[in-house]
Amino acid sequence: MNRKNYELFNRETQALIYGNQEKAIQRMLDFDYVCNRKTPSVKAIVNPTGGGPQKFFYGDKEILIPMYRSIKKALAFHHNIDVMVNFASFRSAFISTKQAIFHKKIKTIVIIAEGIPERRTRELIALSKKHKKWIIGPATVGGVVAGQFKIGNTGGTIENMIASKLHRSGSVGFVSKSGGLSNEMYNVIGRNSNGIYEGIAIGGDAFPGTRLVDHLIRMEKNPKIKMQVVLGEIGGTDELEIAKAIKDKIIKKPLIAWVTGTCAKQFSTEVQFGHAGAKSGVDIESADAKNKALKQAGAIVPNSFNDIGKKIKQTYQKLVKAKIIQEVRENKPAAIPNDYETQLKEKKIRKPTQVVCSISCDTGDEATYLGEPISKVTNKESLGLGYVIGLLWFKKKLPLFACNYIEMILKTVADHGPCVSGAMNTIVSARAGKDLISSLASGLLTIGPRFGGAIDGAAKHFKQAYDRKLTAQEFVKEMKAKGVNIPGIGHKVKSIKNPDKRVEILKKYAKKHFKINDYLDYALAVEQITIEKKENLILNVDGCIATTFIDMMMSLPNIFSKKEIDKLIELGFLNGLFVLGRSVGLMGHYFDQLRYKQRLYRFPTQDVLYLTKGKSNE
Amino acid sequence: MAQVGIREFHGKKIIYQALEKCNEFKKFKQKKLALYNVDNSWQALIKNNQWLKNKHNLVVKPDQLFGKRGKNNLIGIRLNLNQVREWIKQKSAKPIKIGQNQDRLTHFLIEPFVKHEQEFYVSITQRRDCDEIGFSVQGGVEIEKNWKQVKKIKIDLLDFEKDLKAIQRLLVKVDAKNKKIINQFIVQLYKVFKKYHFTFLEINPFTITNQGIEILDLVLKLDDTASFECKNLWGDLEFPVPFGRTISEAEAYIKSLDQKTGASLKLIMLNPKAKIWTMVAGGGASVIYADTITDLKLGQEMANYGEYSGDPTTNETYEYAKTLFSQMIKHKLTGNKALIIGGGIANFTDVAKTFSGIIMALDDFQEAFKQHKVKIFVRRGGPNYEQGLKEIEKAAKEFGLDIEVHGPGTHMTEVVKLALNYIQ
Repeated sequence: MNRKNYELFNRETQALIYGNQEKAIQRMLDFDYVCNRKTPSVKAIVNPTGGGPQKFFYGDKEILIPMYRSIKKALAFHHNIDVMVNFASFRSAFISTKQAIFHKKIKTIVIIAEGIPERRTRELIALSKKHKKWIIGPATVGGVVAGQFKIGNTGGTIENMIASKLHRSGSVGFVSKSGGLSNEMYNVIGRNSNGIYEGIAIGGDAFPGTRLVDHLIRMEKNPKIKMQVVLGEIGGTDELEIAKAIKDKIIKKPLIAWVTGTCAKQFSTEVQFGHAGAKSGVDIESADAKNKALKQAGAIVPNSFNDIGKKIKQTYQKLVKAKIIQEVRENKPAAIPNDYETQLKEKKIRKPTQVVCSISCDTGDEATYLGEPISKVTNKESLGLGYVIGLLWFKKKLPLFACNYIEMILKTVADHGPCVSGAMNTIVSARAGKDLISSLASGLLTIGPRFGGAIDGAAKHFKQAYDRKLTAQEFVKEMKAKGVNIPGIGHKVKSIKNPDKRVEILKKYAKKHFKINDYLDYALAVEQITIEKKENLILNVDGCIATTFIDMMMSLPNIFSKKEIDKLIELGFLNGLFVLGRSVGLMGHYFDQLRYKQRLYRFPTQDVLYLTKGKSNE
Repeated sequence: MAQVGIREFHGKKIIYQALEKCNEFKKFKQKKLALYNVDNSWQALIKNNQWLKNKHNLVVKPDQLFGKRGKNNLIGIRLNLNQVREWIKQKSAKPIKIGQNQDRLTHFLIEPFVKHEQEFYVSITQRRDCDEIGFSVQGGVEIEKNWKQVKKIKIDLLDFEKDLKAIQRLLVKVDAKNKKIINQFIVQLYKVFKKYHFTFLEINPFTITNQGIEILDLVLKLDDTASFECKNLWGDLEFPVPFGRTISEAEAYIKSLDQKTGASLKLIMLNPKAKIWTMVAGGGASVIYADTITDLKLGQEMANYGEYSGDPTTNETYEYAKTLFSQMIKHKLTGNKALIIGGGIANFTDVAKTFSGIIMALDDFQEAFKQHKVKIFVRRGGPNYEQGLKEIEKAAKEFGLDIEVHGPGTHMTEVVKLALNYIQ
């Protein structure tokens, strides 16, 4: 990589980003594009928990950036990377930084995390010295070389970066502790000069990887930097080192300096300011003392932060007059297309939605069922699954007797042994090694007009017949004429002498709790006629659920209008009860097969009537 | 955040436990010690520290992160338990002044008295590129007079074992019979210092009796960011606020919010009867606002110091603003009050999002603000700042509040001058 020893980053710098920080990476790429860089600055992402290339925009085009699980792997593929921007958390930044230090190719590591233990940082500093690496941070936003390379989130939005003249080179070097303030200072410097050449925020910790003075001395050597600005902070002795470097003529270019924290004298006890390194208490580390030392050494020190812009302007104009600084030729930054998300937020565009949802919402602090927070529904013991079904299916807050009835139905239909087609399918699938969901789905797929799907049909037929005021007799006659079996009537083994107990219980509950029993009574009248023909043509569990459910809704005229009831039947809500309830049993069968390690099922040949003959070899 | 002082009681406990665990100090027994908080009952202290019963010859001293207790006549020596109780009663009766700070004495360390002759000094400090161990045979209250006697060695951060051998160089003046035990003690202290993420340790003095090493006085700071590594090692620790700085309910609430979020929320009340109130985004910017107020000779009118930063949610910002605003209207003053909602140009904090939290709080406090003649001065830049400024201006005007808003075009601290004109 073509890089001068006083440069950490330039227009060719290629970086590795540790941590999948989509926003920060996109901001870096936007900056690259605006600056007309030849290639994007982000070459690879390391994400210990996942791999696969990630999509990003470069201008209006989409590009893929490869993602690796380790630094080593990423560097094996990308030979020109010499910068790592480390977004790892304060817990893991130590280890990943250490790995990077040991890598020959990496020359500069930026640590973003705040809150790395000081001992760990000091170990990293010692290691980086040994291996001649530059560490910027921890607890920093990074830095920027105007028009060439920017670290992570430095500089904020693209509009702000252009307004602060960060998209092309100026002549000012800038170093500060604070990342937030560095952005402010790019703006101040941009307004009062031709802008920065390079700006670095070393981070707010007591032991930054590299110090203010380290960067000032490095930038001093850069012929394109003509003047420097440094923003120090109360606490530590870094600024005193700067004063010494000025006195020793190591720093010779004009330097405007200000140390913040002059307010500390207002506090009677030791105060920890926002940055870990900014702590009041020691006299020689006070802002006033350090400002004084810098001034004595020959730095240009304003009277307060408010005047720093003025001092920059004066110094800059002097250098222009002396022809040390030439005016910058402004180049036009490339335009970045607007981001959909931002535009939407700013209400500058609109777009029709794609999906409608009226039962639940997850946009607030807590997801809701029909406006009721899930925690509230969960917390109230009296509100069972029936209540949730009321909210999410019917969009109604059902009274307790109705909720209980829904749960009774679910209990009733949960299972009916292994031989019915649904359970059979689930069992066969489970034994073929399929997963839970496939096996469940395989069972559910059998539910239809012949198996389990009779509740809807029964409801439709009984409802229509009753509403058309047909007598039971007329209804049976009509169905016979059509040649259609009445859904909900008939059972394989049960009969009027040997009644289905499930039906008895549901009937009893309906009679006791529902104000209206018209449809059940109608169905029972039909049963009276059908059992005369054959004694197993009784009202079965499907028919009973169908008619009692209509009765239940009819008993709640304030909740269900008649029109709504017709609609619900039409949309197939009642079959939903069977599907939901039976899913419990189907999953039971799935787990049961696994529990007993049942092997692949093969249907016995004895049970097949072969209509063609097999060929014998003899 | 980073370096924090802990009580001598907790410091000694940590060191005793650590020494007990290591091989070289197999015979070492944990020393007796008890911490008494005057807000708790005396009976509870005795119940939890049975060894105190009928004990004579005790030492008692306040344990609140300040030193020079001997010189301030704040050590009770050779007292029996009843005398200790009387001594504490007397010392905690009214606030005392240490240096510039006045505060109540609330926590006391009680230990058995150790009869001794020799007093040694040992310290461990951290430098940028090494740790430093200091030792002197002339420890005790006059350490500062004898500062030249303190010999120091540097310990490499990566290869410390080699440097620890140099400890014997510190011990030239120690009697031959004590050399070995002191050497081992310092080695173990250093290992504990390193493993437990201490940032400052000073034992002045320790002594040697026939019971072995006795730590008489200890100052300890540790790095609280290391709690994810050290939680179990440290045990139950508290980080007391410095002597002289009582923490108000509002400050405590913000502190608890801060601990729950990845964002940074801080509040220090300086003078609740002052006229300039600040709600500033960013750790660096918040200091500069306070500086500017001080530089304009308005320090006595600065009500608070604080910051909100690191992209707090709307709700966190709302809670922060509400807490601050509730303090603003505690005291009715003649004249005006100024609220500076300040900040630099954010890198990634969404200005509109945080401002909507402030607007919610302004809504709650609109009537009170009018009564207290509050004018709001806003200066902010960063992602979505235009929308944020527009919305806060519109909302304040709807609430009937006096407001002016400024973006990056105005120098960051210019609003301080504007606020100054308003309150004067």
